[in-house]
Amino acid sequence: MDKILETLLEKVAGLHEVPEGAYNIRANGMMAGRNTTANIDIVSREDGNGIDVHIKPGTKRESVHIPVILSQTGLTETVCNDFFIGDDADVTIVAGCGIHNSGAKESRHDGIHRFFVGKKARVKYVEKHYGDGDGTGGRIMNPRTEVTIEEGGYMEMETVQIKGVDSTKRDTVAHLKANAALIVQERLMTHGTQTAESNFDVSLDGENSSANIVSRSVARDTSSQVFFSNLRGNNLCAGHTECDAIIMDHAKISSLPEITANHPDAALIHEAAIGKIAGEQIIKLMTLGLTEAEAEAQIVNGFLK
Amino acid sequence: MLELQNLSFGVAENQGKKEILKNVSLNIGEDKFVVITGPNGGGKSTLAKLIMGIEKPVSGKILFDGQDITEKNITERANLGISFAFQQPVRFKGVHVLDLIRLAAKKQLSAADACQYLSEVGLCAKDYINREVNASLSGGELKRIEIATVLARATKLSVFDEPEAGIDLWSFQNLIQVFEKMRERTNGSIVIISHQERILEIADEIVVISGGSILKHGTRDEILPEILGTASAPGGCHFYRRDI
Repeated sequence: MDKILETLLEKVAGLHEVPEGAYNIRANGMMAGRNTTANIDIVSREDGNGIDVHIKPGTKRESVHIPVILSQTGLTETVCNDFFIGDDADVTIVAGCGIHNSGAKESRHDGIHRFFVGKKARVKYVEKHYGDGDGTGGRIMNPRTEVTIEEGGYMEMETVQIKGVDSTKRDTVAHLKANAALIVQERLMTHGTQTAESNFDVSLDGENSSANIVSRSVARDTSSQVFFSNLRGNNLCAGHTECDAIIMDHAKISSLPEITANHPDAALIHEAAIGKIAGEQIIKLMTLGLTEAEAEAQIVNGFLK
Repeated sequence: MLELQNLSFGVAENQGKKEILKNVSLNIGEDKFVVITGPNGGGKSTLAKLIMGIEKPVSGKILFDGQDITEKNITERANLGISFAFQQPVRFKGVHVLDLIRLAAKKQLSAADACQYLSEVGLCAKDYINREVNASLSGGELKRIEIATVLARATKLSVFDEPEAGIDLWSFQNLIQVFEKMRERTNGSIVIISHQERILEIADEIVVISGGSILKHGTRDEILPEILGTASAPGGCHFYRRDI
């Protein structure tokens, strides 16, 4: 693995070397490393475009890293990964995609992740997207995440896309059974002429299921963002969706939170706010000795932390 | 230490101009505890903002330690040694109390060191250090965190704009103790904009501002008896005192 790929790996997975536990590293469309454990098996799909990850019931405190890195300009790929998380398991899954494009052709990664979270299982899913390289070719990522959570299961999703991805369309679809919970924290920053679209469609099907979808984003320069989320309450359930955005320069942001109650005991809330950095926030930090630019950076970093 | 020379400030209003401060001159000495009081709308908060550079005067000069800082911006004044506590502290999503105190102290304080400043303002530090400075904090909590940031800066001059505004009585009692403590071991000058008798009582000097001008300026013993029970320092029900 060369320096560029190593840098990408560090950015998307925080990895300096081979991780502990189960992992599968995909570099430029090929498998670059894999490890399985007694409880976590990783199997290539027959069509060669993805993996199935099987986590045995009762597996505790284990992790799976599945970073994807691309440094070959013009490479476009679609990868489908399925995760089968056994009942009562408690695991962390770290995915991420890094594209370095120094050429003129478009590099693109479309990833479809399907999660089947077993009864009373707990999953923390971390996904980071990052792009760099000084080529004129676009760096494009279109992740789709499909989640099914069985009775009493819990999934926490943390998705971060802070730098360098020119165009992204993220789709997240989830179905929750009784007492299942889904927490999503999305962090997004666009700059230059980037475009980003993030769609959530979450169905609270089971009794006492709950979801909390929180998106925080910053749009700078002439970039544009669209956030759409629909929470469907199909039973006695609780759902909250929130989109909070800072707009800067000449950027554009649309926020379309939607809640649909198909059951009288569905309690659903949506919140959305878009605004500039408040002048008084900058002034407060300047009174602590920061320059205006430092104050702005501090506010943006804090907001996306 | 701080010299305000003939400061005037106004805002545009209905095709005309409204004067907020008229030719105000004031000297604040080293290590003095000065309370500026007076009726609402008299120009007190504007004066505080002019000192910090949040507003710029139409005319006049501000000298700090003999240096003309009239044209200096907020950051430059902060770095010269002026601190400011806002009447309505600002909320920040994602910025934690610890971040704010570290920014104020200009060093990577350990959580334990940062906690000291919170304890000084009467907050149980471990409950707050990792909280976001957002709408989940009450007005009284925010106010005390705001004061903790000023304590952490430990500058030559600290300006507090109506620390009592927007907090409940219980929080106010605690706040008074914070100022009393600051009063005892002050290492710099403190200027507080306030209406509260309890704060006036611990001042070295009192300045009364009304209608954009300084009406009175003198020691606490000179000024306090004159203004107690007036609109400058409502000590109780002055309406009752006047009319019955």
